[in-house]
Parts: sequence; C-alpha cells; structure tokens
Amino acid sequence: MQALTNRAKEVSRKPMTLLEKLYLPAIAKGMLITFSHIFKKQPTVSYPEQKRPFSPVFRGLHVLNRDEEGRERCTACGLCAVACPAEAITMEAAERLPGEENLYREEKYAAKYEINMLRCIFCGLCEEACPKDAIYLSETFAPANFTRKGFIYGKDALLIPDAKTDPEGYAKARGIGEPTTAD
Amino acid sequence: MTLLSIDWLLLIEKLILIAIIVFASLGIALYTTFAERKVAAILQDRPGPNRAGPFGLLQPFADGLKLIMKEEIIPSSASKFLFILGPGLAMTAALMTCAVIPWSSHVELFDRKIDLQIADINIGILYVFGVVSLGVYGIMIGGWASNNKFSLMAALRGASQAISYELAMGISLIAVLMISGSLSLKTMVDQQMAPGQLWNVAYQPLGFLIFFICAMAECNRTPFDLPEAENELNFGYHQEYSSMKLGFYLFSEYVNMIMSSAIMASLFFGGFDIPFLDERTLAPNIAAILGVAALLTKIVIFIFVFMWIRWTIPRFRYDQLMNLGWKTLIPLALFNMLVTGAFILWRQGG
Repeated sequence: MQALTNRAKEVSRKPMTLLEKLYLPAIAKGMLITFSHIFKKQPTVSYPEQKRPFSPVFRGLHVLNRDEEGRERCTACGLCAVACPAEAITMEAAERLPGEENLYREEKYAAKYEINMLRCIFCGLCEEACPKDAIYLSETFAPANFTRKGFIYGKDALLIPDAKTDPEGYAKARGIGEPTTAD
Repeated sequence: MTLLSIDWLLLIEKLILIAIIVFASLGIALYTTFAERKVAAILQDRPGPNRAGPFGLLQPFADGLKLIMKEEIIPSSASKFLFILGPGLAMTAALMTCAVIPWSSHVELFDRKIDLQIADINIGILYVFGVVSLGVYGIMIGGWASNNKFSLMAALRGASQAISYELAMGISLIAVLMISGSLSLKTMVDQQMAPGQLWNVAYQPLGFLIFFICAMAECNRTPFDLPEAENELNFGYHQEYSSMKLGFYLFSEYVNMIMSSAIMASLFFGGFDIPFLDERTLAPNIAAILGVAALLTKIVIFIFVFMWIRWTIPRFRYDQLMNLGWKTLIPLALFNMLVTGAFILWRQGG
C-alpha cells in the first residue's frame, strides 16, 4: 500500500541484543547527555533585573497622545470603542469650554476614558481606528495588581505626560529606551 | 565503689561527638535538599532557586520555616499515636546509622586519644542493616496509620521494595566481608588504608554496582521512587501528612542518602583514606582533619551521582522493579559471592 506521506518510519521489532538488555550502556549514555547540560548556556532571563527585548512592533499598554502644544488629541468620537473586538473601551464625551483651548485640541473631548486591561486583547485595532492619532499602543505592559478594579485604567493612567514639562514620564509611558530587537 | 567507676571523660567525649555528628548530618541534609534543587536545575539548563540570600543559599531555611508554619493536620480517622510515631521512626532510623561510621582516624586533644567514631562495634555493618530495616517500619506505620487506602498501598509497595532489595544488598556485602574477614567498619577501612592495598571497589566492582543499585532502592531515590511517585500517585505513603511531619519524612530520605553514601565510601572507597598518601607520615590531628575532608568529599561525590541519576533516568514500572530485584540482582549477587569465595579458596590452597 502506498503511504499517504513519506514520513512514516518502520518500527524495529528486533529482539534486544545482550548489550541493550543490560541497560547500563544506555544509562551511561543518558547520564553523559545530562552531564553535558551542566556546561550549556541557560536560556533563563532573570526578569526584573534583565529584560527581554521587545519587537519594534510590540503592542503594549495604551497611551492617549498629546499634540505638539501638549493638548489632548482625543475628541471622544468613539471609533476606538466601536472597533474594539473585546469591548474594553468606554468613554464619556464633554464639550470644551471657552478658556480650555490650551488643554484640548478639538471642541469635544473625553471627560472619562477607561480601558479594562483584563478585557483588552492588545490587538491594536483602536490605534488603527483612531482618526485623530490619539490612541497609541506603547512598548510597556500592564503591571500586576491585587484587584480586578485596579486593571481598569482611567485617563489618569492612560494620558501621556506632556513631553515638554515631563520628558521623563513621557519617555517611560511610550516605552522609549526599552530594549528592542531592532537594535 | 568500683561498680560505678565509669570513665566520665569518655562519656562526655562521646556525647559531644554524637551531638556534633547528628547536627552536622542534619545540616548537610538541609543543604542536600538545596543541592538537589540546584543540581536538577543545572542539569535542565535552569538557574534554580536563587532568590533567598546570596545564590539562594538561605532557601533550605525558607523551606523549613514554611513547613513549620503550616497547619498540622491529623486525619480524624487516623491512629494518632502511630501517625506521629511514623515520621519519628523514619528519622530516628535514618540518623542512627551514623553511630558506626568511622568519620576519620583519631585526634589527640588534652592528652586523650579521641576516636572519631561514636561506637566501633565489631558487628558494625550488621548493625547498619538492622537499623536500615527499621526504616521500613517508618514507611509502613505512616501508611497504615493514615487510614487511607492509597497511603496503605504505597506503604506496601515501599515495604516490598525495601525488603526485596535488602536481600541482594546483603548478599553483595557478603563478598566484601569474605575479603576483609571483619564486620567492623573501622577494621575494613584500616585494611583498605594499608599501603599496597587497593580499595575494595577494585576487588569487588560487581559487588559495588549491586550495592549501589540496592542503596538507591533503599533510599527510595528515582529510578526506584515508587513508594513516593510524587507526580503520579500524589505522594504515596505520606499523602496524609502535613507540616513538619511531612518534612521529617522528606528529610529522612536525604539523611538516608548521606548515610548510604558514607557506608559505600567506607566499604568500597577506602572511607577516610586519601589516595596516594600515607597518612601515618602526618601528625595525627592533621591526618584526622584531612581524613574527615576526604570522607566528606567522597560523600558529596556519591550524593551528586545519586542526584545525577535521579534527573536522568525515569522511574521503573513496578514489575520491572521486582524483575530487576529478584531475577537479576539476587542471582548476580549470588554469582559474585560464589566467585569471590572460590577465588579466596584457590588463593589459600595454592
């Protein structure tokens, strides 16, 4: 009969020779293999001290971007929430009042913007859906938390610090300086 | 009052020696648990425990503290006295073996010649066998008193394994006894130390192999750890145990491992003998210290081999275990004994 694939291997049913029956040579061989592993390099990454580089296209925690003047870009259009397959995003819109032009870029802004990081699947569809370039997936990831509530990230956690007044916080939120596989 | 003329100094000397040896054995056993995890890790390309203290050196204390702090559960249907007796017996039997092991020659302190052996009894090796057999009671009583059918089955398995392998072990030992003509461990070590005399392993390679395999089975080490089989039969005879009573069972395995390493070193590898060195040319105290170091080195090598085997070979099936014990090791040991006996007779006759 013709085999479907040519990958089948015939099993040897020969009775064992005396040397094989003794087992001891086979055991010695196995022990040499395990012994050789003493000198092998360990692939372990000791996490908090050592970090594994991310890929340059890594999709991590979300940030809400600001424009060049430090104003929030988000206009609370809701397209990200519609695009989200995990329904992790909720928001409430509010109208910009006179005198707040230095805070919000458009006339409408998100008064409340929440992402449930336990629901989020980090697919990046919100980033693609956003017409204002406001939501962006950084190269950081969500730290552990004791409660489920702690994983619902509000605007205070998501809004990126102003690059001018707080450059360090800005770099940290974007994940700039984290090792990537690109370099 | 001649009846009470006890050598008080001897008594004190022996008590101090007992205290040192027992605590040293426990300390070494503590770090053997750590070494086991490290060796396992290194053989599997992992770093192993490295968070508690520098290089994870405080890990055994963390483990011990965890066991002590855990809730102690005695099942309501268990026989309480025997349930507590089990782990105690296992530990006592494991520690009692150290009484006859010659740890080194003698030291001279305060004008006294102090032998570094608790008791040089002339039936030393028989005593070891007796005590090791007592260890089976620890397993049996623990399994029986738990009033759990799985514990009982595991205990039966453990007991039958220990009894089967003790036979081959004893017979392989007879060949060594024929060569040395003595049951005292100290005499046997002294014979191997004599100049021009090789270690017993050179005369009894097959005997050593059988003894080594049986020692592994007696210590319930993989590939013979069927009584425990922790990943398949959720822990075997100490399934119902918790807290430090479980700790005692686990710990006694490591103490047993050290003791059987020490006995193998004494019987087959010259005990505290340093190869290619005549100890009599050294000052007695220095020779004694070097002797302890030599014996400890041999023990450490044996323990490493035990661990190395554990992390290489998978566990035997039960029928394979019994086949190996009864159909292979016992005939081989008998053959070894007969050949040795015939050879000695031929030497004497010629």
